[in-house]
Amino acid sequence: MEATIPSRRIQVRPRNRANIVIQVTLLTLTVLTLYGLVTIDARNVEFFAAFGDMLANFRVVLFEARLKNLSWFDLFRELMVTVGLGLLTTVFGAVPAFFFALFAAQNLAPRRVTDAVKAVMAFVRAVPTVLWVLFFAVTVGLGAAAAVIGMTFHSISYLVKAYAETFEELDEGALEALRASGANWWQTVFQAVVPSSASAILSWTFVRFEINFSVAIAMGATAGAGGIGYDMFMASSFYLDLRELGIFTYAVLIFAILLEWGATRLKETVGATR
Amino acid sequence: MSLLEIENVSKRYGSETLALNSVAFSVEAGEFVAIIGPSGAGKSTLLRCINRLIDVSSGDIRFDGVSVPKLRGAALRRHRTQIGMIFQHYNLVNRLSVIENVLHGRLGYKNTLQGILGLYTEYEKREAVRILETLGLSEQMYKRCDQLSGGQKQRVGIARALVQQPKMLLCDEPIASLDPSSAKVIMDTLRDINQTMGITLLVNLHQVDVALHYAERIIGINRGQVIYDGPPQALNNEQIYQIYGSEAGELILDLKERYAA
Amino acid sequence: MQPEAFFLRRRVQSAIFFAAILGLTYGSILLTQFDVIQGLQAVPRAFAWGIVNFVPDERAWTRLPRILEKLQETVLMAIASSSVASVFGLGLALLGANTTRPHPWFSLPARMLASIFRNIDVSVWALILLFSFGQSGFTGFFALFFVTLGFITRVMVETIDEVSTDSVEALRATGASYGAIISQSVIPACLPQLISWVLYMIETNIRSATLVGILTGTGIGFLFDLYFKNFNYGAASLVVLATVVAVLLIEAVSNAIRRTIL
Repeated sequence: MEATIPSRRIQVRPRNRANIVIQVTLLTLTVLTLYGLVTIDARNVEFFAAFGDMLANFRVVLFEARLKNLSWFDLFRELMVTVGLGLLTTVFGAVPAFFFALFAAQNLAPRRVTDAVKAVMAFVRAVPTVLWVLFFAVTVGLGAAAAVIGMTFHSISYLVKAYAETFEELDEGALEALRASGANWWQTVFQAVVPSSASAILSWTFVRFEINFSVAIAMGATAGAGGIGYDMFMASSFYLDLRELGIFTYAVLIFAILLEWGATRLKETVGATR
Repeated sequence: MSLLEIENVSKRYGSETLALNSVAFSVEAGEFVAIIGPSGAGKSTLLRCINRLIDVSSGDIRFDGVSVPKLRGAALRRHRTQIGMIFQHYNLVNRLSVIENVLHGRLGYKNTLQGILGLYTEYEKREAVRILETLGLSEQMYKRCDQLSGGQKQRVGIARALVQQPKMLLCDEPIASLDPSSAKVIMDTLRDINQTMGITLLVNLHQVDVALHYAERIIGINRGQVIYDGPPQALNNEQIYQIYGSEAGELILDLKERYAA
Repeated sequence: MQPEAFFLRRRVQSAIFFAAILGLTYGSILLTQFDVIQGLQAVPRAFAWGIVNFVPDERAWTRLPRILEKLQETVLMAIASSSVASVFGLGLALLGANTTRPHPWFSLPARMLASIFRNIDVSVWALILLFSFGQSGFTGFFALFFVTLGFITRVMVETIDEVSTDSVEALRATGASYGAIISQSVIPACLPQLISWVLYMIETNIRSATLVGILTGTGIGFLFDLYFKNFNYGAASLVVLATVVAVLLIEAVSNAIRRTIL
């Protein structure tokens, strides 16, 4: 038995593909990160002074927040405008996304169609939402209309991917049984696909609502969509009022935490019914 | 002096549940002891109190003359190196190779830096390879653990425990997740370890028939209390009934069939 | 329950649900002052305009080197902020996860901190950080860093408790020290998941960095804003095209890596 033990050093970690790819990925990320940090556009900012400043500013935002230019009612209305933008773009996105997703799911449509739909959606998704909004703003001007259309576009592309993956996970047996019983394509969709994926679709849609709420803030700040994002932009860039910005931050933080909690609960109930 | 002495050990979860209730027994070096009882009887808790994965609420455990409940820090780690543990779900790092998982058994002997960097000596590696060979796993040495069958995984778990060079093995339901033939291989391996290496075995088992077949001593537990402590030959149906309560019916039937066959 | 009653109840529930959604949608239309008719008409008009005007012309291609330079800046910022945040996120997750927390008291603060970090939107972070870092790359870097830190902490807390609870118990039983348990069992078990999430965050952060760039005057977002405000739509469209190619390329690489390591 002694003879079979190799006398040279014993390798402990096997050099398989997965381990090598992990090491190469980590190394690449490290190098790019270091290069990115060294070449960062510093613009004469004294880093350590600014970092100390940041911590002091966090304290102001946390403990000295107060309203000045807006009343509490204004704040509530502006927050609701942002929530409304998020809701609108989610609903407007979900309806077309459902139909597109039927043509993007491999168990429901021919391969050539699904590939085409998926490619278009991947393109739409790769364009940052803000660029979509600004693109539409050229024809309708900056405002709610451009924001809603632009955000809807990105929502559609996100939800098509999510819905299509949900459809593809469906039990092939149920679909086959319906097809065998002579049901046509639309009957199969509404009798088998919709009922068995309804809860997952609901859950994904809510997740997108959560995302769209954040996007609506950002669009208010950068692309004239209105709502609390715009007020934050004004507080930050025009009034330079960190304390009022603090109240706005609390408002969006609390609402976002509620949404996340809702999404988690919804996922749990969906998981339980599966 | 016995290797392991358990004196009036109780373990309380919260204010109500009493998982162990004044358990007392001692184990001599080289014994093969099976602990039987229904699920939730406190078998797992008892094993975990011995290597202090769980703290006892009251009572004393002495291993090799050292009082376990008072151990802290480095002394506790040294205590744990002397006791190997084998789990129902194998508890391996599935993404790592077999040899890496086996070498984890040496981590208790490392200082902080060696442990973090995973520096093993050539001697330790050879020892790991030798143990894998005796367990018939040399072919699988560089395979990832998630590519192994359940029986192979459990043998990796045994190898990890043996590489610790322990005085005692604690086996927590080692065959509960295995098919009958793999279970037999594992139990035979454990008996072999007990007989040739002289390592003391404390094995939690749900199955009475396996316990009776392999162990030289049976401890029956129900609701945290020791109901029976003695040789397998002396265990009668009435006592099995006391240990297993309402679950006993089927077990006794099974045993009768087995002895009839 | 009678089958008729069951189906009736299901129908009523669905009807109430959709009526509520419809009501909320109508309310949102009023609140945001969104003109539905104008909005619907705008889509074909925008694309008709875009096909003619929103395409890279010859003048635009001469700006390609500058566009690529700014794109590189944005991509590097996304990679750097995601990677650094993941290292800190893993640390915070080790404190927060039930399996690896040094003491039960660490868990709640770690998770709450992560929740605050990720639930403040990246644009809000940027607006706050503008006060200290001004129009510099640091504003964007830290905005992306904080959101990513919160996100990575959350997913890694779940991953750690999911994949390493059993092996941590086994290593504790061998007498291994806390550091050895983390480095020899928790990290090897979680690393592929962590890498997968980092790649996901890089993809997301390239898009977010474009947005933040508009606010902070850095990177590709700034360049788009500049061309756009000067009605140089040819160059602006080339910026979009370059961004799309970069995002799709990184997505493809990430997917290839994921397939190998997961």
